[in-house]
Amino acid sequence: MFEEISRKLDSAFQKLRGKGKLNEKDVTAGLREIRLALLEADVHYKVVKEFLSAVKERAVGNEVLKSITPGQQIVKIVHEELVKLLGGQSAPLRLASQPPTVVLLAGLQGSGKTTFAAKLAARYKKRGKRPHLVAADIYRPAAADQLEQLAETIGCTITRGEEGESPESITERAIRKARGDLKDLVIVDTAGRLHVDDDLMGEIERISAVAEPHETLLVVDGMTGQDAVNVATAFQERIGLDGFVLTKMDGDARGGAALSIRHVTGTPVKFVGVGEGIEALEEFHPDRMATRLLGMGDVITLVEKAAESIDHEKAIRLAERMKRQQFTLEDFADQLKSLKNMGPLDQILGMIPGAAKLPKGLSVDEKGLGRVGAIISSMTPTERVEPVIINGSRRKRIAAGSGTSVQEVNQLLKQFDMIRKMMKRAGKKGRRGLMPIGF
Amino acid sequence: MAGFFVNLKRGLQKTRSGLVNSLKSAVTRQDPEELREELEAVLLQGDVGILAADRLIKSIQGQDGDRWQLLEEEMLRILEGEGENGERPPITTGGPHVILLVGTNGSGKTTTAGKLASKYAGEGKSVLLAAADTYRAAAIEQLQIWGERSGVDVISQERGADAASVAYDSLSAAIARNMDVLIVDTAGRLQTRSNLMDELKKIRRVLQKQGDQYPQETFLVLDATIGQNALSQARLFHEAVELDGLILTKLDGTAKGGMVLAVRQEVDLPVRYIGVGERADDLMEFSPKEFVQALLE
Ligand SMILES: Nc1nc2c(ncn2[C@@H]2O[C@H](COP(=O)(O)OP(=O)(O)OP(=O)(O)O)[C@@H](O)[C@H]2O)c(=O)[nH]1
Ligand SMILES: [Mg+2]
Repeated sequence: MFEEISRKLDSAFQKLRGKGKLNEKDVTAGLREIRLALLEADVHYKVVKEFLSAVKERAVGNEVLKSITPGQQIVKIVHEELVKLLGGQSAPLRLASQPPTVVLLAGLQGSGKTTFAAKLAARYKKRGKRPHLVAADIYRPAAADQLEQLAETIGCTITRGEEGESPESITERAIRKARGDLKDLVIVDTAGRLHVDDDLMGEIERISAVAEPHETLLVVDGMTGQDAVNVATAFQERIGLDGFVLTKMDGDARGGAALSIRHVTGTPVKFVGVGEGIEALEEFHPDRMATRLLGMGDVITLVEKAAESIDHEKAIRLAERMKRQQFTLEDFADQLKSLKNMGPLDQILGMIPGAAKLPKGLSVDEKGLGRVGAIISSMTPTERVEPVIINGSRRKRIAAGSGTSVQEVNQLLKQFDMIRKMMKRAGKKGRRGLMPIGF
Repeated sequence: MAGFFVNLKRGLQKTRSGLVNSLKSAVTRQDPEELREELEAVLLQGDVGILAADRLIKSIQGQDGDRWQLLEEEMLRILEGEGENGERPPITTGGPHVILLVGTNGSGKTTTAGKLASKYAGEGKSVLLAAADTYRAAAIEQLQIWGERSGVDVISQERGADAASVAYDSLSAAIARNMDVLIVDTAGRLQTRSNLMDELKKIRRVLQKQGDQYPQETFLVLDATIGQNALSQARLFHEAVELDGLILTKLDGTAKGGMVLAVRQEVDLPVRYIGVGERADDLMEFSPKEFVQALLE
């Protein structure tokens, strides 16, 4: 499905790219593919509809028609609107001025509340804070055991219920204790419940009443489909939400629920769960999410950036070469010339899917750029395309020619090799759908 | 099957009123464009997915006759699949019938294992449960509680033990004790994690070591709240461990489970059971016919 939609998107954009100017029909055609992409990403049907009409309004205007690269322009508009809808920037947890901060977690069964509770505790513990966990799920077999075992791993305190104790009572007792023990953060893990289960919704209302939480977070499975809007609306109405957490985002789910929930509740995504481990928790990045929703790597952004600072044809060629893993030192040198306008290299590389994190020590500062340029221009054309042939004596020659040291030449070659490897990795992922964009 | 109908209806009540009413109003529309748009809205909001929705809409567009019935027939055709709609292997007395449950985190595997155990035990069969989720905190304890509820023994090792070794031991035990059914609960995993999928393959391999017939059935436990990722799940789990079918859980919510149509159309896997609650008896056999009827009636 993933690849299929991407292919469709590719061809739609190809069509758009081929044209100098766009008419309304072109925009409609392009947006049709965007629509498919968003629906396939599980964005709610109505949200998609509203979103697209906003984009269309912007796209069919002068902005697009006047632009030199209309295809890029549409993608850019879509992307920008998505980022805007997603909240623009990441929203942190708001800590109470008077500790402890009480965080109440709510959500459907199996959405990942318990795991998130532990991750949050671990994160604050690591920052030198004193978190306290509350096991207020009295229904699921061994739920309290699960949280207790996690608390032990983290080295954090926990309150669990006595035989027959109600979740409200457990919560009340826990908060009182946390206050006495001068804790900074109380995290209340509740049972999973269906938003249409009246009894259990009443229960969480009561828990919320005794907890008086500073932050009420809805924990949502990142794979959730259209039902996300019903769930979020119901919880919002009953207990009021301050934000939500998107879990299981380390897989290939495109996470359309984020857009839907954001849209219907107006509350931000606060965290993203990216694995089963206790540290696998990230802040939310609307721009990354936008690209993910469209099923494209950040290559789009890369090309946009490139297009702004270097000429468009070259940017497309560059992206193509990156995709085919034919990126050579020659391209690298080419890039250096316009790099100053594009921003730091590590930022540029950060946009390549699969290369989100640069290897340590790989950063090119402004001053270094000149030296790197000199080194590359001291190479023969063959050396630039096939750096493997650069042996010891060639290295000496290049160093002398560029007025640098062999060490610097070595370093550049090593770094270039790393970049290439990363691109290769990114390319491989692309075949599985993570970088499915054709230029 | 009678119970299925009643319970399914109970579980699908909210689903029905919403989906059915809008579907009904949609199929009676005359203007083809309007019809298309309304149908699409209803189907897509039910997580049916674009391809299945397209096929459904095309099938009744420009057709004469009762479009309502045509739609129902088409949904049924998709759910029943194009290939062999194989029967489930019967539970015989010649050695344990092994059911392997796989799925993503929190999809309902352990609960389903507990429900299945209680169902078979209730039918007078001898049942054993295997706690092959050795990863998640308190997963073993969770299954043990389910075991106690239905008086079924649980074979387990300590947390962190090799999951395949638990699976192997439990099958040995099931054979030695001449059990009718062995249900293997596994750790939740995302289908894109290849190392974890390898672990699953290993579990399957060690079961097969004790006889080619094992496991007789491997089910993907799917959360009905999940959207289009269900397809990726079906594909990748199928690739790894050769699925025999799906179990669709949490149908007692408002999620419509429409992706079952998409999965059936794309990966050709039948749904065998549905989960409609958290109690031991909230498990029903799936019948495409009754499912569609309950949805459209
Ligand atoms: N409402 C409802 N809840 C269900 C159903 N099936 C399972 N659940 C609940 O969903 C939650 C997760 O179920 P589990 O059985 O623990 O899921 P799992 O797949 O074993 O989870 P992991 O082992 O953590 O991957 C529990 O709270 C169950 O009670 C169902 O059919 N309806
Ligand atoms: Mg489990």
